[in-house]
Amino acid sequence: MKGSDVTVSNVSKFFGSFAALKDVSLEIKKGEFYSLLGPSGCGKTTLLRAIAGFEDPDSGLILIDGTDVSGLSPDKRHCNTVFQSYALFPHLTVFENVAFPLRIKKTPVRLIKDLVMKHLSLVQLESHADKKPSQLSGGQKQRVAIARALINEPSVLLLDEPLSALDAKLRQHMLMELDSIHDKVGITFIYVTHDQQEALSVSDRIAVMNAGLVLQVGTPQQIYENPATEFVARFIGETNIFKGKVLSREGTLNVIGIDGYGTLLVDDETPVEVGDTIVATIRPEKIRISNDQPVGDELNVVKGIVEEPIYSGFQTKYVVRVEGGERLTIFRQHANWSEGIPDIEWKDDVCLSFSARDLVIVEKSPG
Amino acid sequence: MKRNFGPTYVAPQALWLTVFFAAPLLIIVAYSFLQKGLYGGVEVVFSTQAWVDIANPTLLKVTVKTLWVSLAATLIIILLALPCGYSIARSKNQALRLFLVIVPFWTNFLVRIYAWISILGNEGFVNQALRFLGFRAEGFQFLYNQGAVIFVLVYMYLPYAILPLFSTIDKFDFTLLEAARDLGSTKMQSYIKIMLPNIKGGVITAVLFTFIPIFGAYAVPLLIGGKDSYMLGNVIADQLTKTRNWPLASAISMSMTLLTAIAVFLFAFKKPKEQQIVKDIDPLSLPNGKTTGFLHRAPGQGKKKPSAKGAA
Repeated sequence: MKGSDVTVSNVSKFFGSFAALKDVSLEIKKGEFYSLLGPSGCGKTTLLRAIAGFEDPDSGLILIDGTDVSGLSPDKRHCNTVFQSYALFPHLTVFENVAFPLRIKKTPVRLIKDLVMKHLSLVQLESHADKKPSQLSGGQKQRVAIARALINEPSVLLLDEPLSALDAKLRQHMLMELDSIHDKVGITFIYVTHDQQEALSVSDRIAVMNAGLVLQVGTPQQIYENPATEFVARFIGETNIFKGKVLSREGTLNVIGIDGYGTLLVDDETPVEVGDTIVATIRPEKIRISNDQPVGDELNVVKGIVEEPIYSGFQTKYVVRVEGGERLTIFRQHANWSEGIPDIEWKDDVCLSFSARDLVIVEKSPG
Repeated sequence: MKRNFGPTYVAPQALWLTVFFAAPLLIIVAYSFLQKGLYGGVEVVFSTQAWVDIANPTLLKVTVKTLWVSLAATLIIILLALPCGYSIARSKNQALRLFLVIVPFWTNFLVRIYAWISILGNEGFVNQALRFLGFRAEGFQFLYNQGAVIFVLVYMYLPYAILPLFSTIDKFDFTLLEAARDLGSTKMQSYIKIMLPNIKGGVITAVLFTFIPIFGAYAVPLLIGGKDSYMLGNVIADQLTKTRNWPLASAISMSMTLLTAIAVFLFAFKKPKEQQIVKDIDPLSLPNGKTTGFLHRAPGQGKKKPSAKGAA
């Protein structure tokens, strides 16, 4: 595997009295596609800039391949950045933009042309070599920025919300391209984004950040299916949150008393004790909705009234007010559809059923 | 159809320019082709004498010196104004700093020149201070030489360079400097190779705003300079007031105007090519189902590592 491993160890960074990073530690493996995911202002870009060398951490260490890089200016670090605003040099052609790092390094002129064209073909822009950045579309500018960042053959590529300026369809496409560029060059990618869909679909691992802290590190599945905190659960996808008290437990099966629902059964390995206050979550697609009778033999069954059915083609999202007043969100996929099957509609009485295993305890506090 | 009032709207400005710019210029051109009057003024008799007189070695020497002094002062001004404009553009209290740049304009031009005389003169503040500190009693001769002229010219015209440079640097995208650093260039390389070409417009404006008035300088070389500091402006004034050769003064003026105009056109008016803007092509709408990417997957082929990728 090419690329470098990056270790962030107890890094803190303050801007005035504002703590952008609070004692952040991460281990990024060689060749990994690693995402830093969080809302704006969570510190993810500051962390990326610290790795690139644009910010000096106030405390803590950043190691690239085990070597401390603190004090090294950006031009001395073996990582390159794809900037959010592309940062293409407006006075240079596409070719010269990509050739810039080589000219700085004083690469022999006869080698430059081949190297630049090779990298332009990697992003399918050979035919645009003589254009100025202002003549390119957003997607094309993004590709030039990627080619330029890769031409020095860095061992780590840092991407700062590279797709945020593109429209939704193009973003999907560029994301797949980024993924395949990652497969091709095999170096470490550190990808900053606030878009959970982007992070989930391409990352090997994700670090979810908020308010300068890393809340959870894990594979996309771990982050989505087993969020570590209520914030992570809410930030990644949609979810339903229950707050209640542990009434009794048997093995991993807990009986939780929830205001408004009576009791729910939660099958979770998190060690809790009777009397603990807990927060549990369940993803909307894991709740089954039916007209009157519960589907299957799930342990949890709740009755309610459909308040908002939101049809979006491949699925319908239902907001159901359950007995007791809470609102739950349910996704129902339309795997088969034929006319005549009674649909669940606005104001219908419905039955929600879900498994005890799909409820995940994300937070607990004693007593 | 509405009537086009364009010519009507432009009329006041056209009148203004005709009366106060074109007409005087034409009068000067006309004077240069007339005979000189005995006590100044002109006789209305056609003559090319002034254009013959203009080709004399003394005048050529003064022209070369004027060019040299103007270029030197302009160069120093630009070198000082670049870091100045940069620091104002990046500072948090731009308004205050810009204000400080403009404050000297509140004082009359001549008063500011005399201020320098009382600062740098033989009995000026600096010499008094040096004498007090025990340096030689007869003092130092700071004024009345070429260096003093350049120094005061730099002081006078520095704000005219700082302001346009500030306004271009303020619009400059500083991320480009970070990108250049990221791609391996040193701080200095990033300024010279990336920032300078992108603020070229501001540099050109600053050069024009300083070089042109300095080239025609009159008061500074007269009051600060010595015998050897005469510039073309002083020669013209002498022709008008002492030698009383108005046609020659007009001819020199016209030559200077032409020289400056040619320089400005060569220096500033290289028109950039028109550029077109391209829109993003929807990758999914290309013919043959081809995508613009170098690698693409068929629909439903899924992600590269199904085991490790989001099954959400």
